[in-house]
Amino acid sequence: MRHVLSILVENEPGVLSRVAGLFSGRGFNIESLNVGPTLDPTVSHMTIVTVGDDQIIEQIIKQLHKLISVIKVVDLSQEQAVEREIVLVKVNADDSRRADVLRIVDIFRCKVVDVSVDELTVEITGDGKKIKAIVTLLQRFGVKELVRSGPIAMRRSMQLVD
Amino acid sequence: MAYTGAQILLECLLQEGVDLIFGYPGGAIIDIYDELPKYPIRHILVRHEQGAVHAADGYARASGKVGVCLVTSGPGATNTVTGIATAYMDSVPIVVFTGQVPTHLIGNDAFQEADIVGITRPCTKHNYLVKDVRQLAFTIKQAFYLARTGRPGPVLVDLPKDVIRATTELEYPATMTMRSYNPNYSPNRKQLRRAAELIAASSRPVVYAGGGVVAADSAAELTQMARTYQLPVTTTLMGLGAFPGTDPLWLGMLGMHGTYTANMAIHNSDLLISVGARFDDRVTGRVDAFAPKAKIIHFDIDPTSISKNVGVDVPIVADCRQGLLGLMEELARIPGVDWRAKHAAWIEELTAMQQAHPLTYSQEGQYIKPQWVVEKIYSITQGEAIIATEVGQNQMWAAQFYRYTKPRTFLSSGGLGTMGYGFPAAIGAQLAFPDRLVIDIAGDGSIQMNIQELATAVSYQIPVKVVILNNGYLGMVRQWQELFYNKNYCATCLHTNPDFVALARAYGAEGFLVERPEEVEPTLRQAFAHPGPVFVDVRVEPEENVAPMVPAGAALSEMLLV
Repeated sequence: MRHVLSILVENEPGVLSRVAGLFSGRGFNIESLNVGPTLDPTVSHMTIVTVGDDQIIEQIIKQLHKLISVIKVVDLSQEQAVEREIVLVKVNADDSRRADVLRIVDIFRCKVVDVSVDELTVEITGDGKKIKAIVTLLQRFGVKELVRSGPIAMRRSMQLVD
Repeated sequence: MAYTGAQILLECLLQEGVDLIFGYPGGAIIDIYDELPKYPIRHILVRHEQGAVHAADGYARASGKVGVCLVTSGPGATNTVTGIATAYMDSVPIVVFTGQVPTHLIGNDAFQEADIVGITRPCTKHNYLVKDVRQLAFTIKQAFYLARTGRPGPVLVDLPKDVIRATTELEYPATMTMRSYNPNYSPNRKQLRRAAELIAASSRPVVYAGGGVVAADSAAELTQMARTYQLPVTTTLMGLGAFPGTDPLWLGMLGMHGTYTANMAIHNSDLLISVGARFDDRVTGRVDAFAPKAKIIHFDIDPTSISKNVGVDVPIVADCRQGLLGLMEELARIPGVDWRAKHAAWIEELTAMQQAHPLTYSQEGQYIKPQWVVEKIYSITQGEAIIATEVGQNQMWAAQFYRYTKPRTFLSSGGLGTMGYGFPAAIGAQLAFPDRLVIDIAGDGSIQMNIQELATAVSYQIPVKVVILNNGYLGMVRQWQELFYNKNYCATCLHTNPDFVALARAYGAEGFLVERPEEVEPTLRQAFAHPGPVFVDVRVEPEENVAPMVPAGAALSEMLLV
């Protein structure tokens, strides 16, 4: 099963290597990994998307905790969380197709961030489903380049009980 | 007053109570060696950096203190890797200081540069590259704190040459706390109660103890619990000495070369009480057939050890000592149980099994049986020696035929299985206990992996006794080839072994050769009485096997050579 792990780590050299090395050394999967600063300059935040059965996920979380540089690990899959990913996609859009591309961009509330005579670069923000939907539609025009950030996630303030 | 990095390092070592280090100098750390004579710290010059780490490891295992190494950059540092990995697998507290090229050259492929922090990241508990001399004292404090607390382990501190030479004020923190590291020592009461209830309800309980009992200095508590509540005990290789091998409740070691009784006790048990052991594959055999009828209680300081290989019913994250004390409190609260009567039938069954299937061999004819040599070592020393082993058949016979009655008297590379560990480890243990008899039980293959440390033993007159069970083979691999590879003895025959007696003498040590059974005891006595380091080359039966045996991947109940 897919799990989104939110991890606070000490902001120090080598910490990414410690985390990545843990996954490769123990044969765990990384589907995506995202690192960035937090408001506290001594702390960085990582979001790792991984897959595994309950026993493997439990081991991954325990092993992450065991790393001296890791401060906190939260499995966001077990909580209601907001998840977002950003994608930049460069699409063929000559005069004959530009209007069709822009219509899709509009429907999905995406943004055009760069333009040339025959290409548009579109910024998509959303969860995995939305990204999959729009990318599928854009592929019809010919996608020249696509870059994904990997998801980041955050626990929702209000936790609704099922 | 301003101190150089070198002075800070040595001052910090004094603060940590370090009076002995193992090392090998080089260009990157020459400044530390320049200061060293001014400090009351004894330095043991080894002949290979791997020897330094194993010696520090042996010192740590025997004494319970943190072992310390000092080596130079590049090859000096990379030579420590096997020693560090050995200590990591067996949770031994050591701190390794490595020299590094000056910070402005890092990444430039400078002379004797190696990214040792990158290389040792997966085999240290933690490691550091100190880039600023103002961070040095704090980092050293943290390194020792991490090495000795929680699940102990090796920590490496990499010291660039310019940091060693830079100066700053010295402030050594008195205490250390870390937001990202808070090992849990005290057991959960509710879990302890559940564990006690399970023990009260069981009729075939077995204690399965490991190196964690030794590391937490809780052998006395384990022994007290087993005797009070009549619980039969088996230990892992790492746990030997955690329970007296002479006690009637002792079942012997379990696992691949464990006793038939220990393995069958696990197989038939209805409750396994695992204390400081980690369900290693050499212990469990096929995991889905391990303790199939048992509920499992698992004490471990490291949460990752719990339910990693085998799912457990009552996980208890705690220091073994506190865990055992807590469990005994809960057991004492259970009213109306006659513990002796409750487990009497089970213990009787196991005792009968031990008598029917003892560890055995037959010493007859012209050959000397290696097991017999180990038994002789036991009877001559009356179990009072510190035994180090190499890895392979020698290690298993040393585990099987010597009865360990006290913790920290059996030093062996259990997890990594490092040939060449025993001799330098014995040197380290001897330096921790100068007045005790320290013996390395070796094979002719393993001893040659760190034989250069003979020079260390001779130069400091460290009176380690090395008994080589010389069968002319890499015996354990040969045994597997015999049993599972159609006797294809590829690359296991050591037909060009040196003359170990002449070799020992060439280094300035004493050497004895033993070729006939009647020479074994008198020569061992003579060797053990010798005041300096000794090699005893015992020519044993070349094709003797370690028995019994659970083939790799088989269940514990599927033992061969019983």
